[in-house]
Amino acid sequence: MALEDIRQRTRYLFLVVILGHILLISAQVNSRRGVPVLEAVTFGVFSEVQRAASSVVSGGRNVWSGYIGLRQAHAENQELKRQLADAQITMQAQQALADRARSLEQLLELRDRVHVQTTAATIIGATPPSPTPDFRTVTIDKGTRDGLRPDMAVVAPLGVVGRIVVPAVRSAKVQLLIDRNAAAGALIERSRAQGVVVGTGEERLRMEYVSEVADVVVGDIVVTSGIDGLYPKGFIIGRVEAVEKNGPTFKRISVRPAVDFLSLEEVLVITTPPPAREGAEGTSE
Amino acid sequence: MRAAGIVLAVALALAIQTTLARFLVHGVVALDFVLVVVVYVGLTSGPASGMLTGTVAGLVQDALSTGVIGIGGLAKTIVGFLGGIIGTQFIVAQPLPRFVVFFGATLLHAALFMGLYVVLDVREFGTRPYVAVLWQAGANAVAGVVAFQIVEFLPGAVERRRAAKPRLRR
Repeated sequence: MALEDIRQRTRYLFLVVILGHILLISAQVNSRRGVPVLEAVTFGVFSEVQRAASSVVSGGRNVWSGYIGLRQAHAENQELKRQLADAQITMQAQQALADRARSLEQLLELRDRVHVQTTAATIIGATPPSPTPDFRTVTIDKGTRDGLRPDMAVVAPLGVVGRIVVPAVRSAKVQLLIDRNAAAGALIERSRAQGVVVGTGEERLRMEYVSEVADVVVGDIVVTSGIDGLYPKGFIIGRVEAVEKNGPTFKRISVRPAVDFLSLEEVLVITTPPPAREGAEGTSE
Repeated sequence: MRAAGIVLAVALALAIQTTLARFLVHGVVALDFVLVVVVYVGLTSGPASGMLTGTVAGLVQDALSTGVIGIGGLAKTIVGFLGGIIGTQFIVAQPLPRFVVFFGATLLHAALFMGLYVVLDVREFGTRPYVAVLWQAGANAVAGVVAFQIVEFLPGAVERRRAAKPRLRR
């Protein structure tokens, strides 16, 4: 055991001495680039250590910074998404406000134009057209508490909407002009030819009782005549879309409504009775 | 006592070697007494002694020469260590094995010495250095064997002389 230990020590000593010689030689001999071998080897080894350390450090830094950056990007992404959602909601709200303002402005213009007392109302419900095509009604948010009575005309900036048929305290049902049971006295604005516009239950109106000899052409504007006691005179109903002969006496006229009943939101209820009905009511009283 | 003898032998070898340095064969010293001493010490004293003797002797020899300090020391260190290994692992008591060991040690020393110089591109050794190396190896081997014989003969000669003197007195 002692002999083996001595041999082992001798081997270590041999390695140390050899290493010392190599260092001694390297310190004196220059490499082909003119740098001492010891310096070149030492620098080369140390530079590799530096490179490895730098790689480890930079790699760790990159991983760390990338991780942190990813987290920040994720948080920023979430924040931006939230801001985008907020902006979209705000934009929609602004758009809705603008639409509402525009609608109210149109109603206001209409109110100023017609010189009658009106009450603005918002449509809060509508009967679906497909199940009951014969009955086309909408519900507005004003009722008897607001002065609404049956048969009051309901108009929109673009034209006649219908009339109130069932007023409740805080709401009212409006029969649209396209309802099959609806009708309004009408005349051709250009030729003043008179007739009656009735609903068909569909998206078109029909103007009846127009004389065969009346001057009616496609494109003529149809307005209320005011003789029915419901609608004030001069409100636009629609535009003539087709004119056909209906027997020897009358024309069959198809009218495209001026109002898009599917997109109605705000309406005006004319609380001032038309002169004809006012007179009738006064007579009855 | 033994260490002092080794130091004395190395010093003597160095002195002789510097004297013989002008006798070159193809750029190589014809006889390397220092190497002979190193191998001798390795064979007789073991690898540690051979290695240290080779280190000291080689470095001193390098310092006295104009070459790179350490190349001769490295070569002699390795040769001394291996000589010690051989001396402890094998029985090298006859002239022929000793001759072979000295011869081989010289070849190894020359290969290391010249090889390092060539590898480091510091020095050239002519077109046919192996001839000179072979000559040096043979000369070193002879010198080593003779050295062994002298050292082994000297104690016997003294004893014989001591034994002969009383006889003459009678």
